[in-house]
Amino acid sequence: MDAGRPEPVKTDARRRRALRAVFFVIAVAFILIGWHRGEIRTVFIKAATICLECIGIG
Amino acid sequence: MHPRRIIQWLAALGYNANIPGFFKGRIYRGELKSFCVPGLNCYSCPGAVASCPLGAVQAVIASARYAFSFYAVGLMIGFGLMFGRLICGFLCPFGLLQELLHASHARPAKFKKAEKTAKIARPARLVKYILLAVFVFALPFLTKGAAGVGDPAFCKYICPAGTITAGGPLLAANPLMREGLGLLFALKASIALITIAGCLASYRFFCKYLCPLGAFYGLFNSFALYRLRLNKDACTRCGACASVCGMGVNPARSPDSPECIRCGDCVKTCPASAISRGFRNRACQPQTESASCAIPPKTRYKK
Repeated sequence: MDAGRPEPVKTDARRRRALRAVFFVIAVAFILIGWHRGEIRTVFIKAATICLECIGIG
Repeated sequence: MHPRRIIQWLAALGYNANIPGFFKGRIYRGELKSFCVPGLNCYSCPGAVASCPLGAVQAVIASARYAFSFYAVGLMIGFGLMFGRLICGFLCPFGLLQELLHASHARPAKFKKAEKTAKIARPARLVKYILLAVFVFALPFLTKGAAGVGDPAFCKYICPAGTITAGGPLLAANPLMREGLGLLFALKASIALITIAGCLASYRFFCKYLCPLGAFYGLFNSFALYRLRLNKDACTRCGACASVCGMGVNPARSPDSPECIRCGDCVKTCPASAISRGFRNRACQPQTESASCAIPPKTRYKK
């Protein structure tokens, strides 16, 4: 293999690690933004009452 | 019982630990409902102690205050990043229900062959991505009226998990609720019946073609922490893995397929032990062959 060209396996692993890092940051940021905006309360209110749409009534 | 089936039952019971709710026809209203479980489990199921991630996304988008659900989508990204579609294979009660339905009766072998060869089967798998984009993300926002409230479109018009696991027990226990049944319920009940019939004929029919949550987690399969790995040097291309895969995946060709639910049937079947799975087992990679994965290929698989 050429000295200048990285092995495909290593490139693949590097790409995966980078994607994981990016999505980890996105996941944490999204959860914190959602928590800050009060979305958790909206989820709770919806989930703690019978969802008529889910059953097929409303 | 198979270890995967035990985990599936434990997950289903854990998500639906409010057992008295089934008898009383009432849902759990505790603070745990603020959190989402990773699998598809309707929050209006009387047993549910937490929220369904798809329901949570739609509830927030359809509400008057928000246009997007950062919280629920963030949780889904986190689950997907860790497990990918392992969640479908191990941690989804509706997946368990589908497997039990499928195992409940014998099918002629031509059923599986017909599904594999049908030209419509592959494009039909794209339906779940359309449902994810349109019914889960777009319609709850686009249907907002003057009051600023939209419809949780997937829950309202499609979700068979809600119809079966929430509608079934709640309607059975509440006569007043039954009086409200109409055209919408007829539509949802029809979809639920089609899903049940589909599951009898095809392994995990809903997961393959209709589940938006599986579609979302499938996007993470190629770089999730939990992955399937193929040792290309050990693989004999015998096709044993593809022949046992209920999801129609060929792990020897695409171990990162978004359709793979990480059930592990291919790992057990491979006669050359070329497939491995786990969180950080790097051993079985081509060109980085180590002693732990240098397993000599066995004889070719014969059916």
